[in-house]
Amino acid sequence: MMLKRRVAKISVFLACLMPVVWLVTAALTDDLSANPIRDITEETGTWALRFLLITLCVTPLRRLTSWNGAIKYRRMLGLFAFFYGFLHFLTYVWLDQFFSLLDIVQDVYKRPFITAGFSSFVVMIPLAITSTKEWIARLGGKQWQLLHRLTYVGAIAAVVHYLWLVKADTRRPLAYGFLLSLLLGFRVLKFVRSQFHFPGRSAPLPHAGHV
Amino acid sequence: MWIKKGIPEIESSEITPESTYVNRRRFIEIAAAMSIAAPSTTGWAQTKRGPYDTDEKQTPYKDVTTYNNFYEFGIDKDAAARNAKNLRTQPWTISIEGFVKKPQAYGLDELIKGMTIEDRVYRMRCVEGWSMVIPWQGFQLSALIKRLEPTSQGKYVEFQTLYAPDQLPEQRRPLLVWPYVEGLRLDEAMNPLAILAVGLYGKQPLPNQNGAPIRLVTPWKYGFKGIKSIAKIRFVDKQPMTAWMRQAPDEYGFYANVNPAVDHPRWSQATERRLGEFLKRKTLPFNGYADQVASMYAGMDLRKNF
Repeated sequence: MMLKRRVAKISVFLACLMPVVWLVTAALTDDLSANPIRDITEETGTWALRFLLITLCVTPLRRLTSWNGAIKYRRMLGLFAFFYGFLHFLTYVWLDQFFSLLDIVQDVYKRPFITAGFSSFVVMIPLAITSTKEWIARLGGKQWQLLHRLTYVGAIAAVVHYLWLVKADTRRPLAYGFLLSLLLGFRVLKFVRSQFHFPGRSAPLPHAGHV
Repeated sequence: MWIKKGIPEIESSEITPESTYVNRRRFIEIAAAMSIAAPSTTGWAQTKRGPYDTDEKQTPYKDVTTYNNFYEFGIDKDAAARNAKNLRTQPWTISIEGFVKKPQAYGLDELIKGMTIEDRVYRMRCVEGWSMVIPWQGFQLSALIKRLEPTSQGKYVEFQTLYAPDQLPEQRRPLLVWPYVEGLRLDEAMNPLAILAVGLYGKQPLPNQNGAPIRLVTPWKYGFKGIKSIAKIRFVDKQPMTAWMRQAPDEYGFYANVNPAVDHPRWSQATERRLGEFLKRKTLPFNGYADQVASMYAGMDLRKNF
């Protein structure tokens, strides 16, 4: 049983690494487009957003199917969202701007889409840091949970970042926005229900610490 | 006069087997591709450098033909290369309309017959912040305009891309208002830098994804001014409403002259990444063609007329 769980965890971990493995392979075999820096920027950014949305799927999936299997991977998925977000940020700072601090500060200040993207990344830093068991214990479940609701802010900022950067082709950012609104809508609905204690609703699930 | 009777005799051993000449053709292609992949400063095989040509390192043929915006085929940079196969460029008709001596539809060959086709190696600066150096083949737009003889009311030239959703599938979706429209002031259109391109890298026709069979090239302006697969040219008395102005009037102006001092509202235009280079380079006013074009805009507020 332990072994099976270990194998499953390692499999998920390796699957989450596939996008960066593909990207590195493509870069080394000259399989990217004529503008590889842009490709790397777009891929890492898109995967950060995808992992954010996947992470946000875990709780609704659990509530809707009463299957608890995915919860074990939520931290890993969230950390992969941060990992790809960090690669995206690094690509911008290093490959795109080449550490030109003045240009970066100007960009963050002057360009709303970069402000949004930067905010999304900054918001995720404390979440990555406090993702350990020790931090949950140190903060206490309630505070930790409250802090980690910043994921919602991070995801919204990430979608806005995407929406504001495209020229006319808003279909993709809007699709991500639609998915995010479903995932957040689920939580709003849950919150509203919990406030009014609708009759006939079952008691809250155990482990309410997970949002 | 000596007339040979019958079929001249050729020893069967002298006939080149098909595989050999196919291979030879392939060899020439590969050799050409290799010289393209590693262009020297003299470029592909340009015999003489024209007065407007740049001798900067040319962007490889593969990159020029697989990385561009042609939204009628999709929004990804390689979408045009993947999806433009179905564009039928023969026969091709261009409708000439508006304030011009003889407004009528012309077959492309008839319209451009006798035009001097030249190589023009130009910088191309995309509004998105990347750039290329492209060896076009084409003729000066001014030559066509002279041939068409616009009347005094023809103060602007408006261009339209072919509207044919069966061939240009994204025209079914309201990404932009279709067909794509671009325009130039008449003096801009008459500037010797402005060409209509019909070929690339010393070869005709133009690959479909690059705007076959005929497209506009105005190297001092952002790339989106270079309207592709032109099916209509109108001479009008008012400034045309271009596709991108309609889409986002605060972001894309009529002139769209390359200008490092005027940022796009969402990003800086001060620098650009020349494809193939790691560090960004400074963007030049009018994309480095100020000597040829700046005088046309003397006295204009380029911040307002972006």
